[in-house]
Amino acid sequence: MLELKNISLNVGKDSKDILNDVSFDFDSRKLYVITGPNGGGKSSLAKIIMGIYEPTQGQILFEGEDITNHDITQRAKLGIGYAFQQPPRFKGIKVRDLLKMASGETADYKHMCALLQDVGLCSQDYIDREVDDSLSGGELKRIEIATIMARDLKVAVFDEPEAGIDLWSFQKLAETFKNIHEKHDTTIVIISHQERILNLADEVIVMADGKVKEVTSKENFFADLEREELDCMCGLDCSKGVDKNVELIG
Amino acid sequence: MLNSLDNELLETIADLHEIPMGAYNIRKNGQKEGRNVTANIDIVSKTDKDGIDIIIKPGTVGESVHIPVIMSASGLNDTVYNTFEIGEGSDVFIVAGCGIHNPGEEDSEHDGVHEFFVRKGAKMKYVEKHYGEGGGKGKRIMNPKTIIEVEEDGVAELEMIQIKGVDDTLRETEIRLHKNAKVVVTERLLTFRDQFADSRIVIELLGEGSSAQVISRSVAQDDSVQKFYFNLVGKNKCMGHVECDSIIMHNAKVYSTPEISALHEDANLIHEAAIGKIASDQLIKLMSLGMTEREAEDRILAGFLH
Repeated sequence: MLELKNISLNVGKDSKDILNDVSFDFDSRKLYVITGPNGGGKSSLAKIIMGIYEPTQGQILFEGEDITNHDITQRAKLGIGYAFQQPPRFKGIKVRDLLKMASGETADYKHMCALLQDVGLCSQDYIDREVDDSLSGGELKRIEIATIMARDLKVAVFDEPEAGIDLWSFQKLAETFKNIHEKHDTTIVIISHQERILNLADEVIVMADGKVKEVTSKENFFADLEREELDCMCGLDCSKGVDKNVELIG
Repeated sequence: MLNSLDNELLETIADLHEIPMGAYNIRKNGQKEGRNVTANIDIVSKTDKDGIDIIIKPGTVGESVHIPVIMSASGLNDTVYNTFEIGEGSDVFIVAGCGIHNPGEEDSEHDGVHEFFVRKGAKMKYVEKHYGEGGGKGKRIMNPKTIIEVEEDGVAELEMIQIKGVDDTLRETEIRLHKNAKVVVTERLLTFRDQFADSRIVIELLGEGSSAQVISRSVAQDDSVQKFYFNLVGKNKCMGHVECDSIIMHNAKVYSTPEISALHEDANLIHEAAIGKIASDQLIKLMSLGMTEREAEDRILAGFLH
C-alpha cells in the first residue's frame, strides 16, 4: 500500500548520500520495525514518508497514487502520520488542545483520557497541562505518541518511541502498540532498537549506510544477532573480531 | 443609548453580552452612558477632572466592577483619570477595557490613567482589553497608564490584552509592592500592518517578602513595531521574575530592553527574554496532523497569546 521506489537523499556541499536507492513495499495492516546503526538513514526515511524531507531521487506511491510531490498536509489528509523523535513544545497549547487537533476536533474527554492512559499518563494530571517546557522529555514523548493514536491513520510512523521513556512506561507502550496492531488496520512502522518492540514486528528492516541491508522475520533477526554475539568472525574492524583474531594469531 | 455596534464593542472588550450585574460604569464618546452601584461598591464622578472614583468597601468578597469605555465617533480625544480604592481584606474582579470603532478619517484617541490602591490583605484581579476597529483612515490610539500600590499582604493580578486594532499605543505600568505583597502581570499583545506599541512596566519591590511575576507574550506581524521595557527594582528581600517572549513575523521589528535592579542583597531577580519566529518543527507537527501551514500558524499564535 505504501511503495518506496529507488529513493535517494543527498545533502550538503559534498552531496553526502543519506539514502541510496532505497526501494520497499509496506503492506497494509503489518507492523514493521526499522532498526540498524545510528546514521543509517532510518529517521530520514521516516521523514521522507511524511513529506518533511523531499527525496532527491525516486518515487513514493500510496495506495497506487503517486504522492512524491504531495506536501505534509496532503499526506496527513491521506492518512499518513509521524511521531517525532524529538517532539516540539508549544507555549499556551494544552494537551487536550493538541489531542483534539490530532483527532480532527472529534475526540471527546473520555477518548482523550483513554489515549493518555494508553501511553501511561494519568489523564487527570495531564489533560490540562500545557505542552511547554514544564513537561519532561519522557512526558512530551508520550503525549506525542498519543497524538498519533488519536488519529485514524492508514500508516503510522514512530521515530524511536522508546527514547526518553522509562522502562515501566515503555512496557505499557509496547502493549499499546500490540493492541493497535491487533485491533486496527493501520500499517505501523516503528524505528526502534528495543527488543520488546522488535518482538512485535511482522517484518524487521535493517538499515545501514543509507540502504536496506536486510528484510527479515523477527525470529531470523534475533537468531542472526545471537549468532553474531556468540561467533563473531567479522574481522579486524570489530572489537570481538580483533580479540578473536589476536587469539588466533597468538 | 447603546446600539448594536456599541454592544459588539462591549462584548469584545469586557465579555459583556448585556448590561452587567453588579457595579458598572459605561463611558461612550466621552460621556457617561450608564452607571450602577451596589451596597459595597460605590462609583463617584471626580469633580476636579474627567474620571471616576471606584470605592470598594473593606471585606467585599466575590463582587465585580465593569468600567468599559467605547468610542464610536471619529476625531475624539478622550482622557480619563480613574481611581480605585480596594478596601482591606476584599477580593474583587475588575474589568476595564476600551473599544474604539473609528469609521472616519480623523484619529480617535483614548488616554486613561487607572490608579489603584490595593489595601492591606486585599485581592484584586484586573483585566484590561483594548480593541479597535473601523474602516476609515483615522488612527485608533490608546495610551493607558496603570499605577498600582499594593499594601501589606495584598495581591494584584493583572491581565492586559491588546489584539490587533490599536494603531498606536504607549502602555505604562507602575507598581509598588509593600511587605509580602504580590503581583502577577500577564501581558498579551498582537500588532499588525504598521501599528506601533510601546509597553513599559516598572515594579518596585519595596517590602520584605514582596514578589512580582511578569509574563509578557507578543506577536509582531507585517510592518509593525513593538518596544518593551521592563524593570524590576528590588529594594528589600524579594523575588521577581520577568518572562518576555515575542514571535516576530514578516517585516516587523521588536525591541526588548530588560532591566533588573537589585538594591538589596536579598533581592532575587530574574529576567528571561526571547524573540524569534515560529519554530519550523511546530509548524511541521501541526501540518502532520492535517492542517495547512496557515492554519498551523494561526493555532500556534492563538495558543501563544491565550
